[in-house]
Amino acid sequence: MAEQLIQKRIPVVPRSVSGRFRALKYAILLLAYSVYYLLPWLRWERSSGPNQAVLFDIVGRKFYLFDLVVYAQDIFWLAGFLIIAAFLLFFVTSIAGRVFCGYFCFQTLWTDVFVLIERLVQGERTARIKLINGPMNGEKFIKLTMTKLLWLLVALLTGLSFTLYWGNAPELLQQLVAGTGPFPAYATTLFLTATTFVMAGLAREQVCTYMCPYSRFQAVMFDQDTLLVAYDEKRGEAENGRWKPVKGLLKREERQAKGYGDCIDCGFCVQVCPTGIDIRNGIQYQCISCALCIDACNTIMDSINYPRDLIRYSSENELHGKQRRWYKPKNIGYALMLLLISGILVWSVATRVASELRVNQIRQPLYVVLSDGHIQNRYEIKITNKTDQPQKYHLALEGLSSAELDSGYFSETSLGPGESQQLQVRVKMPPDSNSEKIRPFYFVLQSRDTPSKVVVKSKARFNLP
Amino acid sequence: MSSEKKQHTVQTTGHAWDGDLQEFNNPLPNWWLWGFYATVVFAVIYWVLYPAFPIGNTYTKGAFNEITYTTADGKTKTSHWTTRALLMQEMQEARELQKPYLEKINKTGYEQIAGNKEQSSFAYSTAKVLFADNCAACHQAGGAGVIGMYPNLADDAWLWGGSYAQIEESIRKGRNGNMPGFKASLSAEQIDNVAEYVLGLSGIEVNKDKAAQGKAVFEGAGTCHVCHTKAGSGQFAMGSANLTDKVWTFANVPAAKTLAEKKTAVKEVVANGFGRHMPAWNGRLSDVEIKMLAFYVHQLSAGK
Repeated sequence: MAEQLIQKRIPVVPRSVSGRFRALKYAILLLAYSVYYLLPWLRWERSSGPNQAVLFDIVGRKFYLFDLVVYAQDIFWLAGFLIIAAFLLFFVTSIAGRVFCGYFCFQTLWTDVFVLIERLVQGERTARIKLINGPMNGEKFIKLTMTKLLWLLVALLTGLSFTLYWGNAPELLQQLVAGTGPFPAYATTLFLTATTFVMAGLAREQVCTYMCPYSRFQAVMFDQDTLLVAYDEKRGEAENGRWKPVKGLLKREERQAKGYGDCIDCGFCVQVCPTGIDIRNGIQYQCISCALCIDACNTIMDSINYPRDLIRYSSENELHGKQRRWYKPKNIGYALMLLLISGILVWSVATRVASELRVNQIRQPLYVVLSDGHIQNRYEIKITNKTDQPQKYHLALEGLSSAELDSGYFSETSLGPGESQQLQVRVKMPPDSNSEKIRPFYFVLQSRDTPSKVVVKSKARFNLP
Repeated sequence: MSSEKKQHTVQTTGHAWDGDLQEFNNPLPNWWLWGFYATVVFAVIYWVLYPAFPIGNTYTKGAFNEITYTTADGKTKTSHWTTRALLMQEMQEARELQKPYLEKINKTGYEQIAGNKEQSSFAYSTAKVLFADNCAACHQAGGAGVIGMYPNLADDAWLWGGSYAQIEESIRKGRNGNMPGFKASLSAEQIDNVAEYVLGLSGIEVNKDKAAQGKAVFEGAGTCHVCHTKAGSGQFAMGSANLTDKVWTFANVPAAKTLAEKKTAVKEVVANGFGRHMPAWNGRLSDVEIKMLAFYVHQLSAGK
């Protein structure tokens, strides 16, 4: 017999449970799904551009986010956004543990829905286990096929919805159905359908335990005060450990007198666990902090009139009877960084210039002497109108005395919303006694109708022999 | 699992040498094995579709994978799969994408191109590449030229005229710029005086008496005025330089510091003359390419 080469997966068949955390998770799920599936369909009035609230226009190199239009050159905002996301993860994880994994991660959300489908078609945990272990027959075949078809439907909707963010949703959907859509749209839809089906349907908790880097490195941010889903071992085990509620061990007082803990070893907490672990073994890397075992245990505790919270959100320190500390340098540091980066991003977005002026001096040759002895420099200029209105611009110089600007036909130019124009301009000035060989100055983009209004300035240099 | 226990379950090849020497059998993981089979299948498909095996002087060409493309001069070619044919096919596609723009440029007048946002930037960017490929070897990137050899295209002094039509003609037909040497017909002193006069024309401070004598030579024995005109302003029809402006195309006066050095530079040209030649580009470049280049060169200096 050959050695075992891979860790065979033991299928996890989670049992359903209801309670506080389950309700909260369903609420978050509903919200997240509503946003994800419906957002591409939300229409938004703009004076120009598409009327879709959120649209990532790759061809036009513009991202529309409600009233904010992000141009390709503003994409560094994405870096700010990602840094904020990272620090938010650090901050929340340091205080409250793997909140992201348990409540917001799409792997968790989609697995939840896929398990729900499984339960609706095949029944509760015991029925499903029976079906898995039973021989293939008509019933098993129909139920398994039904489940997978419904999964496929959800996966397809997921892939499709993602694709719709990258084009005008109604039009793109029509094209896709008619078979005339662009190839990348089909490829994206197909790819995401496949990954959703595989990850949420087949791989499930293996994504968290084997594939996901976040699940592993979040532990680095943990400390003694971090909230985690924990089993109160002192109360649950007492001196003689857990025991089933057999005769003589039914009432809490009887158990305490005999040295048995409050845990009646019903196994409900293990059955509901989506990653198939036993929380009573202590903190484990597989635990995604989904808190379903808390709901499970509380359900049992309520039914036998024991106090709740044998499994609860707690921390290492709290379990050992110490005070929890929130304010510590690490948390404060994360919070400060979070505020700082958010501030910078908001400031950068709020003070964005609606018109862009880019100046490149032509450096070959740096200057030429003209027939009347004037010195001439050339510049390549790019003007972009990032407002949603057509704009009339006037290009002028500032800070270079007695210089003349020659922009050919385009000293005044009109640009539609989102339009940009490249110009070649020449600046010439008479030679003077000043020995300064490089003169800094500004190109100034003015509004044509009110020349006093400077739209944007850009620094440049003028070279002399 | 203890290591001792593990030992017993290890597979061996079944042979035993010297009584107890055995060879472990470590079977490949299944995923690896199937991965290997997949590469074999891939290789076979690749052999069929793409050039693969050398056979004597030739090689297998690959089947069902032909590339057909049209070359720049309109010939249609079919080739088995090669990266070169792929490139030619992509070039053909690019040419077809450019075509409507080029046709538009061909039909539009220079001034209209200059005044149109889309066409001016298309012509400028296309010609920038054409200039770098065909012109920059002499006229330098950016058209600055080399004093004494290749005229500067970025200033506003023109030998053969700076209008769109004149620039286009220069490119299309090429130019021959010749100035005879005068060392045989003029004495050293006459040449010296002419140089003094010519420098004075550009506003450089010179000896007035010598310059007056130089003027007499310029308009008399030297016959300089025949080409450069009496005023010294040159004429486009002959490509004779304007001597009254601040631009020097042949004598490197701007680099000379003293009057004597400047004179030496000018005298050298008067005495020996020069001849320069720009080849004709008609036929080497297409009409629309010449048109865009003329537009670009005009843009460098705003023409005249």
